[in-house]
Amino acid sequence: MDKKTIHLTLNGEAREWRVYPNELLLNTLREQEFLTGTKYGCGIGECGACTVHVNGAPRLACLTLALACEGADILTIEGLARDGKLDAVQEAFLGQSAFQCGFCTSDMIMMTRALLNENPQPTETQVRDYLRGNLCRCTGYASIVRAALDAAEMERQETA
Amino acid sequence: MLPTNTHILYPEFDYHAPTTLYEVTELLAQYGDSARVMAGGTDLLVQMKMERRQPSQVISLMHVNALQGISQNGSLDIGATTSIQEIHRRLPQLYALAEACNGFSSIQIMYMATLGGNLCNASPASDSAPPLLTYDARVTLKSKTAERVLPLERFFLGPGKTAMQPDELLAQISIPAPLPHSGSAFIKISRVVADISQVCAAARLTREGNTIRDARIALGSVAPTPVRAAGAERDLIGETFSPALAEKIGKQAAQEISPISDVRATREYRQQVAAVIVRDALLRAWERAQ
Ligand SMILES: Cc1cc2nc3c(=O)[nH]c(=O)nc-3n(C[C@H](O)[C@H](O)[C@H](O)COP(=O)(O)OP(=O)(O)OC[C@H]3O[C@@H](n4cnc5c(N)ncnc54)[C@H](O)[C@@H]3O)c2cc1C
Ligand code: FES
Ligand code: FES
Repeated sequence: MDKKTIHLTLNGEAREWRVYPNELLLNTLREQEFLTGTKYGCGIGECGACTVHVNGAPRLACLTLALACEGADILTIEGLARDGKLDAVQEAFLGQSAFQCGFCTSDMIMMTRALLNENPQPTETQVRDYLRGNLCRCTGYASIVRAALDAAEMERQETA
Repeated sequence: MLPTNTHILYPEFDYHAPTTLYEVTELLAQYGDSARVMAGGTDLLVQMKMERRQPSQVISLMHVNALQGISQNGSLDIGATTSIQEIHRRLPQLYALAEACNGFSSIQIMYMATLGGNLCNASPASDSAPPLLTYDARVTLKSKTAERVLPLERFFLGPGKTAMQPDELLAQISIPAPLPHSGSAFIKISRVVADISQVCAAARLTREGNTIRDARIALGSVAPTPVRAAGAERDLIGETFSPALAEKIGKQAAQEISPISDVRATREYRQQVAAVIVRDALLRAWERAQ
């Protein structure tokens, strides 16, 4: 088993990775790029903690081989703020204090961002449905759902 | 920084990323049993992490354009690596299949998982299999030297077992053009929404006025493979539809299956719930068959 070289875009920057076939996107992000915002919860797809965007769609980094990211455009929580300005979803999570321990916060924010990209004005039911694969042990979800709806409203006002 | 253990894929393997179907079949012919193709990886990587499978060669299908997408050529042809999310978005008129895709545990899994992977993994709990069985779907299997088409019913042999040979791959799933006045529905019961089914059922009905011209019923998580309830189907055809008939056929379908008890549900629970969801799926399918 030899390392292979791949090229990709990570948070807007070109990157070259040398990785073994059995390395996962998750451990490469955390241990090679030192981007530890993306979390390791279950490792088998059940908790959503490792959610990142790959080519614009939400994916689980714990079930994605690093080599499968050749040519991909990857966005993690660290790349969401632009020019020192937080994303509306991040602002809304702060506004609602939509976290306690914070372990799920990166994945909830990345998932909410993906939802609003697809559906800028979701209903509460649509928010809960979209976040169904992301677990939170602390908040009881109410503040997270409110934050997602706030973010949608903030963006609606910005574009109005 | 402290070392972390996020790298928990122990097995070692070589990784291939071919771009044509022919290259895939050549690799399969060369490596046979020691190779495994990978589509979305949502089943395969979990199995490799748990060391239930240890292929020495992993062949990604995700760069093979010929395996991707949906086209209409008389029948509806779905490439094996088309994602569950794309099928849900593009085929809303295939109610049962769209409902099954939308019922997948999470949005992330819907984006990653493929239809071909869902069938080839051959889990009794595959959500897409019951709807596809009610549509009389066929699968196209390809090897380096041959191609064959099988009815989906003959594809499943047991949990994790299919009619595919080690040198074959699933290239395409085809659904015959639906008869006019047909409707379908899928219902899944699970412990929480983000889980695989305890029991699921799909129904398709074709009507002629108030008479049932054609009927299919299929269930998941109630037998070693996804199954049709053939006796119940036969007793629907030619009859006048009524809620009482749906109720009776639901019970009959539940008698035709022999589920087991496991961590998700008991045998008795599965059988009782099967009767109810078959009834409800029939009622919905009939409404949609207007
Ligand atoms: C957290 C979680 C939740 C899930 N929820 C659901 C759910 O709600 N409903 C459900 O039905 N399933 C569910 N699954 C199971 C899984 O996501 C699906 O079965 C999925 O469709 C598998 O597709 P894949 O492309 O990821 O397959 P892979 O993991 O890539 O492959 C699965 C198997 O099929 C083989 N294979 C794949 N494609 C082909 C092909 N074209 N030709 C030959 N062999 C092939 C592979 O070698 C492997 O053995 C879940 C899985 C996880 C981890
Ligand atoms: S760590 Fe990836 S889903 Fe839990
Ligand atoms: S804030 Fe602790 S897991 Fe969600």
